[in-house]
Amino acid sequence: MKRRNFIYLTGIGAAAAMLPAIPVFGREISPEQALEYIDPAAKKIMSDVALNAARSKGATYTDVRIGRYLNQYVVTREDKVENIVNTESYGIGIRVIANGSWGFAATDKMDKDSIAKAAELAVAIAKENSRLLTEPVQLAPQKGYGEVSWKAPIEKNAFEVPIKEKVDLLLSVNDAAMKGGADYINSILFMVNEQKYFASTDGSYIDQDIHRIWPTFFITKIDKTTGKFETRNALSAPTGKGYEYLNARPEDKIHSPAGTLYKGRYDMLEDAKQAAVQVGQKMTAKSVDPGKYDLVLDPSHLWLTIHESCGHPTELDRVLGYEANFAGTSFLTLDKWESKKFNYGSKEVNITADKTEVGSLGAVGYDDEGVKCGKWDIIKDGILVNYQAIRDQAHILGLDHSQGCCYADNWSSVQFQRMANISLQPGKKPLSIADQIKNVEKGIYIVGDGSFSIDQQRYNFQFGGQLYYEIKGGKIVGMLKDVAYQANTQEFWNSCVAVCDQSDYRLGGSFFDGKGQPMQSSAVSHGSATARFNKVNVINTARKIG
Amino acid sequence: MPILTKEQAKALLTKALSYSKAEQCEINLYGSDSGNIRYAKNSVSTSGGISSNGMVVTSAFGKKSGTATINEFDDASLEKVVRRSEELAQLAPENPEFMPFLEPQQYGAETPTFSEATAAVSPKERADAVQGSLAHARENKLTAAGFLSNSMGYSAMMNSKGLFAYNKSTDVAFNITVRTEDGKGSGYATKGYNDFKKLDAKADTVIAAKKALSSVAAKAIEPGKYTVILEPTAVAVMLENLFFGLDARQADEGRSFMSKPGGKTKVGEQMLDERVNIYSDPWNTDLPTSNWSGDGRPQEKVNWIEKGVVKNLYSSRYWAQKTGIKAIPSPDGIIMQGGTKTLEELIKGTEKGILVTRLWYIRSVDPQTLLLTGLTRDGTFYIENGEIKFPVKNFRFNESPIIMLNNLDELGKTERTVSGESNANYLLPPLKIRDFTFTSLSDAI
Repeated sequence: MKRRNFIYLTGIGAAAAMLPAIPVFGREISPEQALEYIDPAAKKIMSDVALNAARSKGATYTDVRIGRYLNQYVVTREDKVENIVNTESYGIGIRVIANGSWGFAATDKMDKDSIAKAAELAVAIAKENSRLLTEPVQLAPQKGYGEVSWKAPIEKNAFEVPIKEKVDLLLSVNDAAMKGGADYINSILFMVNEQKYFASTDGSYIDQDIHRIWPTFFITKIDKTTGKFETRNALSAPTGKGYEYLNARPEDKIHSPAGTLYKGRYDMLEDAKQAAVQVGQKMTAKSVDPGKYDLVLDPSHLWLTIHESCGHPTELDRVLGYEANFAGTSFLTLDKWESKKFNYGSKEVNITADKTEVGSLGAVGYDDEGVKCGKWDIIKDGILVNYQAIRDQAHILGLDHSQGCCYADNWSSVQFQRMANISLQPGKKPLSIADQIKNVEKGIYIVGDGSFSIDQQRYNFQFGGQLYYEIKGGKIVGMLKDVAYQANTQEFWNSCVAVCDQSDYRLGGSFFDGKGQPMQSSAVSHGSATARFNKVNVINTARKIG
Repeated sequence: MPILTKEQAKALLTKALSYSKAEQCEINLYGSDSGNIRYAKNSVSTSGGISSNGMVVTSAFGKKSGTATINEFDDASLEKVVRRSEELAQLAPENPEFMPFLEPQQYGAETPTFSEATAAVSPKERADAVQGSLAHARENKLTAAGFLSNSMGYSAMMNSKGLFAYNKSTDVAFNITVRTEDGKGSGYATKGYNDFKKLDAKADTVIAAKKALSSVAAKAIEPGKYTVILEPTAVAVMLENLFFGLDARQADEGRSFMSKPGGKTKVGEQMLDERVNIYSDPWNTDLPTSNWSGDGRPQEKVNWIEKGVVKNLYSSRYWAQKTGIKAIPSPDGIIMQGGTKTLEELIKGTEKGILVTRLWYIRSVDPQTLLLTGLTRDGTFYIENGEIKFPVKNFRFNESPIIMLNNLDELGKTERTVSGESNANYLLPPLKIRDFTFTSLSDAI
C-alpha cells in the first residue's frame, strides 16, 4: 500500500499537514465539467489513428487507452473548508509490441498528429529495447469484443451532488467530533471517476465508466498536562460505489463491543461521534503486556493483513521476479503452487480473487488489456491453488487466457499486473463476533487499520490497528494501547481457527496501493468476516524520547 | 511539447494574466518530457515516454478564491481558464486562512538544476546505459532488475502583484537489484543525478552484484540491540521521516514529536547528538534545487538542525503570520553534514556490528515518539573486529530516528543518495548507530 498520497508517515498530525497538498493527478476543472462525457465514437476515431500509426511503423500488436480521470477532493478541518479540488486528467497511452518487445508512449495532446507521433515513439522505444530482450513477449490469445461498454452499478453519481451538500456533511461531522471532546479533526471526501476507453488490434473497443468514493476522518485528542496525544481514524472503507455509500440504512450497521461497524454503507456522523468518545478512552487505556495472544480481527482491520500477506505474494509478476527491484518478490514460488499441497493456511482459509464483486474497488467489466473479468480461487481449504496473472504471463501457468488483472492508474502510465480484489471467504457455520470473543481465553479484539509493514517476500509482517480491546475469559475487560502484532505469513494463516459467517462479511480496501516503477496507485477491496488467529506474538510499541 | 524558455514562459503568463478581472490573480505553468526503461530477469520489461503540460490559474476576491486549469494555450483557452477561475472564486466559501498573493520576491542566483546532456537523452541512450548493466549480470550468472528514468521540465509562475519566477530542471534516477540465480543472495544500489553524464549504470550494477554474491548463505542471529552501520540510502528512509515532521503547525498544535505540553515545542532544545547538523541549500552543486517554492516564496539556505538543536520549522504563510515566525517553505533537498571517513573506514573501526545496505517498508508506529518499523534488505552483514565476517538474515526493526540520532557513534562522508521510499534525493552520510533495535527475523531474501 502506498502511503505518501494519504496516510503520512508521522500519523494523523502530519497527515493533516499533508492533506491540502495531496498530489493532483491532473488539471483542475469546474464541477460542472465533470459531468461531461466524451462520445465513444470520437474516442474510436482517435484510437484508430494510434492503431494505424503503430501498425504502419511495424507494431505486431497495439492497444490504446484514452482516459479521462476525474477526482474531486473536499478537505476540511474543524470548522473550516481547507480545499475543494476538482481535477481532470485526459490523454492517450499507446502500448505496442514491436520486434517482440513492449514499447509505450503517452501524450495529452489529442490532435491526430500528436497521437500518431506518440504511437511512432512507442514503436521506436520497443525496437530500441528489443536488443535487450531474452525472449519475445508471449501474449495469451484474446478475442476482440467489438464495441462494448460497462458502467459501475452506482445509484448516485457523487460528481452530481452539489459541493455544498458535501461541505455541510463534513462540517457537521467535524462539529459532532469537536462537541464530543476531540481537539482536532480532519475530514475528507475523495471521489473518483475513471472514464476509460480501450481499443486494441484484437478488435475490441471498450468504453467503461468507473466510480469510487472514500469518506474519511482523523481525530486527535491531546492531554494538555502531559502532552500525550491519541488518534482515532474513521472506520469507513473506500468503495466502488456512488454517493449512496454515505446513506447508511439499519441493515448496514453491525453492533459490536467496539461500537457500530459498517457493512455496505457508512454513517459518517455516527462514526465521528463514537470516535470522539473512543479517542478519549484510548488516552487512559492500559499499555499492553507483550506476549502471545489469540487475536480476533475485525474486517475493518483484517483487510490490510489480507492485502499485504495474501494479495501481494500471489501476484504473479512478483513471483516471477518482475518487481524484484522495488516491491519485491514472493515466498509463494511456482514450485509451491505446482506441488498442489503447499499449506498456506489452515482449512478455514479460503481466499478468492474477484474482479466482479459489486461495490468493490477492483470491479470492472474488462481489464486494461481488454480481458473480460471474473472470479477464481487463490487459496482453497488452506492450499495455494492459483495466482493473479495478465496476458503476457498466462502461459507460465499453463493458462490459455489471462485472468484479467491488468491495470494502469492513468492514461500516462503503462498497464501491468495489479491486484484483483482478494478476499477471505466467510465461514460456513453460523458464527458471530460475540461467539468469537466468548471462545477466547486470553486475547485482543482489534478494529480498524493502523501501522503496517511487511518484508519484500511477504514472510514477516507487523500490524497495528485503531482500537484494541483486551479479552479475558471470553469477555472484553477494557481497552489496550501500544499494540502491534508480528508474525510470519504462513504461521499466521495456519493459526486461523474460525471465521465468522456471511452475515458479518464486509469489504475494506485501499485507494492507494503502490507498485511499479514509475510508481502507480491502484484501488482494491478485500472482504472478510471477523476471524480468529491463535497465539500471535504481540509487542509493546511505547517508547520515550527526550 | 518542448519546455518553454524563461522568456517564452514570461510572455505566455503575461498574456494569460492580461485577461484577469479579479482583485488578485496568480498563474502557475509547468511542463515535462520524461522517459524510462525498466528491466527484470535480465531482460527489458516495460518502458515509455510521457509528455504533459498545464497551467493553473487562481483568482481571488477578498478571502474567496477559485482555481481552474487548462493544457491548451491559445488565446481563447487562456481567456476561458481565467474566466472560469473567477467564476469559481465568486462561488467559493470564504477561507479565513486565505493569504494575499506575494509581492515580487528576490530569489538569488539561478540554481544549476538543468543539464543539457540529460535533456537530450534518447531511448537509444537509455537502452545503451542499461545494456552494460545487463551484460554484467548475465556474464556473472546473476539476475538483474533495474529502472532508469530521466526527465526534463520547467515550472514558472506570475501573479497580479508582479511576482515572476521560473526554473527548469533535469533529473536522472537509476536503481538496481541483483540476485543470485538460486535466489539466496540479493544486492542493491541506487543513484540520482541532475546530469545524465554522471550516471554509470554498470558501476552501480557491479556494487549490487558484489552484495548479491556475498549475501548468500546468511546466518540467523538473535534479534536485539546492535551497533549498526547504515549506508546512506538506509539513512535516507529513516531520517526523511524526521524531515517531513518539521512542520510548525503540527508542533504548535501538540500533535508531533516536536510538541511539548501546553502548546510549546522543542525548538531550541538539545534533542539530538551535537554532531547532528542538517540544512538545505538550493545552490549546493551536488544537490541543486529550485530557488523558489511552488507558492512563490524564495528557497534559501536554511539550518534546520544545528549541533543537535532544531533551529527552524517550516510553515504555511498563514501559520507563520499567526504565530509570528518566519514563513519558511518546506525544502526540496536536505543535506546532513558528515565526517571524513568512508564506509570502509567506518567498518574497519567497528568491533561488533551490522552493516545495513537498505531499509524497506518503513511505516510510522507512533507519531508521538516517531517510532518507525521496517526491515533490512538486499545485503545485511555481520561485522567483527573491523571486518565483514558473514551475511546475516534480514531483521525487522522498531526504532525512532530521534533515539537513533541520540545513539550516534560516528558519521561517515556525505554523498548524494536516493530514498527507496519517497524517491527524494538527499546528501547524507553513512551513520554508525549504537543500540539499534531489531525485534524479529525475516526469512526474506
